[in-house]
Formats: sequence, structure tokens, C-alpha cells
Amino acid sequence: MTQGQPSDKRGATTGKVSSGTRLKLYLALHRAEMRTSYLQLIKTPIATLMTIAVLGIAIALPAGLQLMLKNANTISADWDGVSRISLYLRPEIDATEADDMLLRIQSRLDVETAEMIDKQRALEEFQNLSGLGDALDQLDENPLPVVIEIIPTKQFSTPQASQLMVETFQLIPEVEVAKLDLEWVKRLYYLLELIDRFILALATMLGLAVLLIVGNTIRLAIQNRRDEIEIIKLIGATNAFIRRPFLYTGLWFGLGGGVIALTLISGTVFWLAEPVNQLALQYNSQYFIQGLSFPEVVQLVLFSATLGLVGSWVSVSRHLKHINPK
Amino acid sequence: MIHFDNVSKRYPNGHDALSHINMHLDAGEMAFLTGHSGAGKSTMLKLISLVERATRGEVWVNGRALSKEPNRKIPYVRRDIGMIFQDHRLLFDRTVFDNVALPLVIAGTPHRDIGRRVRAALDKVGLLGKEKLEPIMLSGGEQQRVGIARAVVTKPPIILADEPTGNLDPELSGEIMSLFQQFNQVGVSLLIASHDLGLIARMRYRTITLKGGNLVSDGGSV
Repeated sequence: MTQGQPSDKRGATTGKVSSGTRLKLYLALHRAEMRTSYLQLIKTPIATLMTIAVLGIAIALPAGLQLMLKNANTISADWDGVSRISLYLRPEIDATEADDMLLRIQSRLDVETAEMIDKQRALEEFQNLSGLGDALDQLDENPLPVVIEIIPTKQFSTPQASQLMVETFQLIPEVEVAKLDLEWVKRLYYLLELIDRFILALATMLGLAVLLIVGNTIRLAIQNRRDEIEIIKLIGATNAFIRRPFLYTGLWFGLGGGVIALTLISGTVFWLAEPVNQLALQYNSQYFIQGLSFPEVVQLVLFSATLGLVGSWVSVSRHLKHINPK
Repeated sequence: MIHFDNVSKRYPNGHDALSHINMHLDAGEMAFLTGHSGAGKSTMLKLISLVERATRGEVWVNGRALSKEPNRKIPYVRRDIGMIFQDHRLLFDRTVFDNVALPLVIAGTPHRDIGRRVRAALDKVGLLGKEKLEPIMLSGGEQQRVGIARAVVTKPPIILADEPTGNLDPELSGEIMSLFQQFNQVGVSLLIASHDLGLIARMRYRTITLKGGNLVSDGGSV
């Protein structure tokens, strides 16, 4: 027997009723089907729990890593995740010329902000940061150049783009040295991109695992109910009718797995919050670990439910057509 | 109602189960189908219910030429037929009520009508008080009557029965047969496969006899 065509889906309704009544009947049927498949699952609580726990762990792994990545991104954003370019001007450039230059740079489209640090301020900052305060006081003359600090716009913050900007600035005659600050920004950027891809690969594999687990569980359920399927086929059930409870079972598995994954992730975040805060305090940071936001929670559960549904759909389509009454 | 037009069935293993069968059952007619095991009785019932398809010839059921019905239409052909089996084929994980209600649920009957119609069918087979029981708690004869209630609950124009009394003692068999007579009196067509020749003889209905896949006699009581 071939699989039912789309028109088959209306097979459970009779032609005698109006389309409004038909829709009501259809919805009532689905509600009943959802309830029945749910009751069927909680009849064997241990087996069901074990299945959804496996699904939950498989989903929690990539989702948890994704959350970690989100936290890492937040940290790097706190530290000016954008790159910063410093232009050290030639010592002979005076304040007026430097002001002119600052204006020119500020008007560039790829520059978000540009700020001048004059000789005096540079010295003060250096004294504060280096801890060489008193020693520097001994100097007759301020040896520090005027510095223009540039933060590129978001679009030009990638390592490649800001590297190009540095090369352009280097060509300006007044500039002694143009330097891209914080090599680590570059490294972090690549690292995060690497982790991002790794998570995507992991999520793909574990998503596939979820499909297979649901598919296999549904296959066993179909085999257990083989006689029943033959009987209801004999008394006129369409494939859509037979498929429905299995699809709902898959949907419940997916939803259950999603909830378990959510619990695992939330528990882990709660478990990590205290040490993360302690660590952040050591760095004088007000950083708090971030949990899943509400849209992310919805996304996770929906994604998981969809996997459950797709897994059971594939399995039912494959196995149902081999069951025919004898 | 049921019409076989030069129908042959050869199974994939080469066995010829039926050859050149011509047979006609009118609307409202009741007939027995008899013959030794392997004579082709079950194959005929399978062709009518589209469990199998004819190799040659055409089977007509309730005005439909079955060879022209695609697989996805099979459920609708089967909804015109109430089927009764020797082994009852009840679902043992649900109550008598739910078993009988199943064809109505499949056909999408409104919920408020289901209770009424299931009770009417159970009343007809004398099991009205047992709707909440599970089939396993019933005797063989009662289980068979649940199967009959399930077959008639949608009021199909045709009832097919495959050895309906095969596992029952003569007294229970007689009760089942009188139920069939009652259905026939309200206009249902029945085709009953049985090798219980004594019972068939007492019933005095048209009897179709098969032997080795051929129709050897068709007429009054044997």
C-alpha cells in the first residue's frame, strides 16, 4: 500500500457535514489523539523518561555550548570587542595640526569614534598605569607623542577590515606608527568563530542522533502495535489516521526532551553562577553569567519538538507501508 | 452489491487460488461461501476487501470497480464493508465500548453521536451492559458478538464474515447466525464463509461452493 496523499488527511471526516463542523471535528480528533498518546506514554513512565532523558542530554549539549559562546561574546564585548587603532603622530606635529587631523579622521565613514590624547594626558595615563609615576617626574621633557585613538565602526571591526584601515593610516605622512591594538581581539575573534562552527557541527550530529533515537523508538512502537494497525486498516482507517498517534508520540518525545534539556542547562547555569561571580570580582568586573532568554527557551523547545515530529514522521512513513492486513 | 466478473487470482508464488470466477450477490441477499480449506474462500473475501487484488477480471463492490481504486482509496472501499473474523480481531488494550466505537472514530463521526450508536449496536448483539469491560474478560461467544457489533455499528451495506462460528459451540453458532438473519432482514447483504456444512444446511440460504479455486456449485441449500 502506498502512503496516503495529502487529500487523505481529510479522510476521517464524512461528506455530510458543513466545513465548519468538519474543522471542529478535525480539531477535536487531534485533541483526543494528543491526549491518548500522552496517556499511553505515561503508562510506561520509566521507559518514557529514559527516552526523553537521552533526547534531553543530546539537545542540552549543543544548546549549553551555544549559551557558553553567548557568554564569551558578552565578555569580549565588555572588553571592547571591537578593535582599536592607535595612531602615534610624529613628534614634530603640533597641537593645531593634530586637531586638523583628528577632524579629518572623525569624518571618515569607517570610523566610529576618534579621540586625541595629547602629550600631557598621555603622560598622566602612562604614569597611572605603569606604576612608574615618580620616576617619570624626573624627566625634563615629555617624551610621549600625540596619539589618536580610533574605534572603527562595527562593520570595519573584523580583523581583516581593521588591518586594512591600519595600512591606510600608515600612509598618512603625519603618522609615525599606526598600530592595531590588542592582538588578542583578533585571536578571540577567530577562536569564537571556531567554537561557533564546532557547536554547529556538534548540534548537527546530535540533532541527527535525536532524529534516529525518536525514529527508532517509534519503529519499536509501530512493531508492538502491528496487529492493531492491521485491524484498524481492515476497518477502513486511512494512513493519515494511523500515522497520527505516532506523530503525536514523537511530538511529545521532542517536547519532553526539550524540557529536560532546559532543566539541565538552567541547573548548570545556576550551579556555575556563584564561582563565575567570584571570578569576575577578582577582575573587578560586575559580570554575571547569562542564562537562556525567553525567546531562546521557546526556540529550544520548538526546535526539540520539531526534531521529535520529523523523526517520527520519517519512521512512520518508512514502516507503516510495510504493514498490511493478511 | 458484489459482482465477480471472470476473476482469477494467482499469488506471487505461482499458486492459482481462484480461476475464472463469475458470481453475483444482490443488494439485500445473504449467501454462504463454502468449500474445503484452500478452496479459495478466504481469497474471495480478500479480493472484496482489497486485502489482495485480482490478477485478472474485475471485482465490483457497491458499484465500484476495485481494479480502478487506487491504494489510497482502499480505506473508503472498506468502510462500506463490515468485516467479521474467526479470531474476532479485537483490540485488547481498550474497552468493549472503544472497540465498537473505532469504525465511527475512523469515519469521523461527531462525538455526541458515537455513544448512542455504539450502545445501539451493543444492544443488538445483547451486550449492552458490558461496554465498560475489556474484551479479555468476555467469553469467546461474547467476543465474537463484540466483533459483530463493531462490524455493523456504521450500518455498512455489506457484511463479510470469515468462519464467524469456527471456534464456537453449536448453540452459540446458532445465535450468531440468527443475528446475521436479522441484519439481512433490514437489507444488508451478507457473504459468510464457513465450512460448517451442518449449520449451512439448516439455514437454507444460497450456498456458493468452491473447490480448488473453481466455483463448482451455486444455488440453494446443499
